[in-house]
Amino acid sequence: MTVHIPSPLRSYTGQTNTVEVEGVTVAEVLSALDRRYPGLRFRIITEQDTIREHIRIFVNEEQARDLSAVLRPDDQIHIICALSGG
Amino acid sequence: MSRSTTTVPPQPAIGPVTLLIGTRKGAFILRGDRARRTWKLSPPHFLGQIVHHAVLDPRDRRTMLVAARTGHLGPTVFRSTDLGKTWKEAQAPPAFPKAPEGEKGRVVDHVFWLTPGHASEPNAWYAGTSPQGLFRSDDGGVTWEPFSSINDDPQYRAWMGSVQDGTPDGPKLHSILIDPRDPAHLYFSMSGGGVHESGDRGKTWTTLVQGMEVVEGFDAANIAVHDPHCVRLCPSNPDRLYQQNHCGIYRLDRPSNQWVRIGKSMPKRIGDIGFPMVLHPRDPDTAWVLPMDGSGVWPRVSPGGKPAVYKTRNAGQTWARLNKDFPKAQAWWTVKRQAMTADAHEPVGLYFGTTSGEIWASRTGGVRWTCLASHLPEIYSVEAAEL
Repeated sequence: MTVHIPSPLRSYTGQTNTVEVEGVTVAEVLSALDRRYPGLRFRIITEQDTIREHIRIFVNEEQARDLSAVLRPDDQIHIICALSGG
Repeated sequence: MSRSTTTVPPQPAIGPVTLLIGTRKGAFILRGDRARRTWKLSPPHFLGQIVHHAVLDPRDRRTMLVAARTGHLGPTVFRSTDLGKTWKEAQAPPAFPKAPEGEKGRVVDHVFWLTPGHASEPNAWYAGTSPQGLFRSDDGGVTWEPFSSINDDPQYRAWMGSVQDGTPDGPKLHSILIDPRDPAHLYFSMSGGGVHESGDRGKTWTTLVQGMEVVEGFDAANIAVHDPHCVRLCPSNPDRLYQQNHCGIYRLDRPSNQWVRIGKSMPKRIGDIGFPMVLHPRDPDTAWVLPMDGSGVWPRVSPGGKPAVYKTRNAGQTWARLNKDFPKAQAWWTVKRQAMTADAHEPVGLYFGTTSGEIWASRTGGVRWTCLASHLPEIYSVEAAEL
């Protein structure tokens, strides 16, 4: 599936804004992303495996509340940095 | 604990001084010449990232660590081994252990404080976080592990309190100090949560709050309400510590456990409230503070809008006002606890950064001052390093 990378995380992906990875859950996709781009996962997921306060993950147009959301191969995953502060 | 009472005072530094500046929008490197007269400001490093602390390793004078996060992204540590030319991110930044199923674990919000380890442990670093946690790296900052038992100790967790018990952007573990005579002799402080000492490399800790005052109406016997802002250990006499507290300026001469409020000798109209405290590299009787207004709702700006540094040359018995070259009115400066420092030259150079983005410096121990940079983002930390 395709993961859309927001600009604050593109320093990890060499400025690539979409990445193709495999996984049957959000957790697996994020692990795959982190293997390819070390450090990326911890910037958006806490050490307690929760999505950080100002990060949102959408699967297609539906928000994933935790990492157990099940995915299909043609899903579009958007990582969103919520608006916060100045 | 039995240790020699003195260390050999270091010789005055003669090399160029570099300032590492952490700001709310990135890090800057301000390079001075040998005479400390001309300075060149780097472009921002990590523009847009919140940098609480940027520190050069004095043991190799090449490795820099930067504690960073953004408003969106979680905390991390960046590392350079070529004086900031290139950076790599820590492979395992400071993080609390994953909680067992059904329990709520803690999450590091930001890395607040970085301390290079003892000279005999060249790859060791310590980090303090918000919420309060103590971490150590043994590979130069590449990977970090929780250090000692305090992060999960029920008593310490009670003293640490919750996010509502600390400073507005979260409680801080800071002022991690290492006795230059003994790598196992450590101190750290918590805002709030007091000052703590270990003589056995963090296996056990004892509190060091005797003599420290607390906000009116609270019980000083409650460790949680003690709020040390900045604790420093004298390089030339490791048995002497100074402290700028939420409630005054203090000195502690070991083996005594009794802090003495030396801020009582400050002028009453100025008071002894503030954040940073800076010590002379060779004279344990000389220290500097930058007082803030602690009246009413605690504005924590220069009292009366007239900034001044205060210096003691007799371990806090008397203080002298140093404000030549500062604005004489309408200058409402706030200087955070990591944002004032000294170099090791003779005369000692002093440096501080304001939340309004100015860097001020003195090549004369505070007698004369000059503004080295302005219009920077809100400054969180300033560290001086000799290259």
